Amino acid sequence: MDTALSISGLTVRYGAIEAVQSIDLTVTEGGITALLGANGAGKTTTCMAITGTLGITAGTVSIFNHDMTGATPDKIIRAGVAISPEGRRIFASLTVEENLVLAGSAAGTQETAKQRRLALMDRFPILGERRRQLAGLLSGGEQQMLAVARALMSEPRLLLMDEPSLGLAPQMVDQIFTIIEELRNEGISILLVEQNATLALEVADHAVVLANGSVAAAGSPLELADNPALKSAYLAA
Amino acid sequence: MLALGLAIVFSIVRLINFAHGEIMTFGGYGVFLAMSLGYPPVAALMIGIGASVVMALAMERSAFRAMRGADVVSLLITSFAVSEILKVFFQNGISPRPVPISFPASWTGTYQLGGLTVGVVPTVSILVTITALTVLTLILRRTATGMAMRAAAEDFEMLQLLGVKANRVVAVAFALSGLLAGAAAVLWTAQRGSVDPMMGFFPVLKAFIASVLGGLGSLGGAVLGGFVIGAIEVMAQAFLPDFLAPYRDAIVLSSVIAVLLIRPDGLLPANSGSRS
Repeated sequence: MDTALSISGLTVRYGAIEAVQSIDLTVTEGGITALLGANGAGKTTTCMAITGTLGITAGTVSIFNHDMTGATPDKIIRAGVAISPEGRRIFASLTVEENLVLAGSAAGTQETAKQRRLALMDRFPILGERRRQLAGLLSGGEQQMLAVARALMSEPRLLLMDEPSLGLAPQMVDQIFTIIEELRNEGISILLVEQNATLALEVADHAVVLANGSVAAAGSPLELADNPALKSAYLAA
Repeated sequence: MLALGLAIVFSIVRLINFAHGEIMTFGGYGVFLAMSLGYPPVAALMIGIGASVVMALAMERSAFRAMRGADVVSLLITSFAVSEILKVFFQNGISPRPVPISFPASWTGTYQLGGLTVGVVPTVSILVTITALTVLTLILRRTATGMAMRAAAEDFEMLQLLGVKANRVVAVAFALSGLLAGAAAVLWTAQRGSVDPMMGFFPVLKAFIASVLGGLGSLGGAVLGGFVIGAIEVMAQAFLPDFLAPYRDAIVLSSVIAVLLIRPDGLLPANSGSRS
């Protein structure tokens, strides 16, 4: 099977502190890999290093078999990567529509972007209803949908989703995870960073567990779920 | 106008650019050079404004881009350093003394308006400032570049993560601030009839105070702050008794402090206020 994302020996340092050390991780094309672990384990650091936002101290990042180690964020985005970041980070002072327009401005022609925007507003009807509303006034779940829709504006082949369920009501979490499965069925490869290990393992094909910046375990969801020590130490959610 | 230029850059990169005065001075020297070479006044004016834009872009590229994301103090020190370096270049490369510029008399005269004698330059200054604010607001609200500038002001890193060429957005902000500094240079030199290396220092100091008074990062606030300070200065000049005239600046600034005590975020605070 082809690889959408492959990181090998990834190490990221904040000053004297190694936030992540020697991370190996793979996302197969069209698959979902869950990156799990407690708060502070290094999940978001790994994500930001993949996007080129954080400098890499050691290791390699390969996206669709192209070495993208040390590439700038715009090069990585152009390689077919998009991110729905931790905390959503929608532009609160822009309207819903403006958030989508901005995301589409870097990808394709104006007409193509407009078609995509309309299609996404069909897919997420609440965004269509609230298109002229300031994004900061949306609920948490609506903002998460906007973050996902915004990421989809560039028609990514690899989607990084960082804590999409954070702070959401259970019903909204179910909706988000349904969307994640739909995206995988459409052929989008996904790196799913989650603290909610139970839900993540239900949708993932493969999982990597981080603890204190290192890989504590990796394997299929069944393998990880069968390890009680692992389960209680790192997969408490 | 200078306050508006400061506000544009601050709202996007959180930098109070104290070298903005030198962008203005460079524009003034651009006008001087153009007129010395025999260009007609309107062309010289365009060249001066163009010079300011070029200087603003060069400053962003060479000094401030590398400092992106640095803390406020580092940015301030960098802007002071750039300011001092440019002053030294002006003093040694051009002249430490004022160099004269002759504008047409009609540009610098006065006219009668309902019994009042009004200066041409102050009138043009007000009209240009209001036009600039209107045009800037339209750019920010109605164009893709403006949308990107608003987004950059809120979360620069996220804008990069959308694949938008965020450096270009910052460059546009600096170019706009350079345009305003250039316009201010033309009006300032028209009034004074000369350019000198220290020309931009006091205007930018006043522009900074106007920005703070209006609300740091707020475009409308910057313009309002400028008008309020101007009004206080004129009223102080008109109504202060003679023995208090030497204390005019202190009285004006005390008034500013008084306003800030009541409204610490300024008269028209920006949406995302932050104290620098």
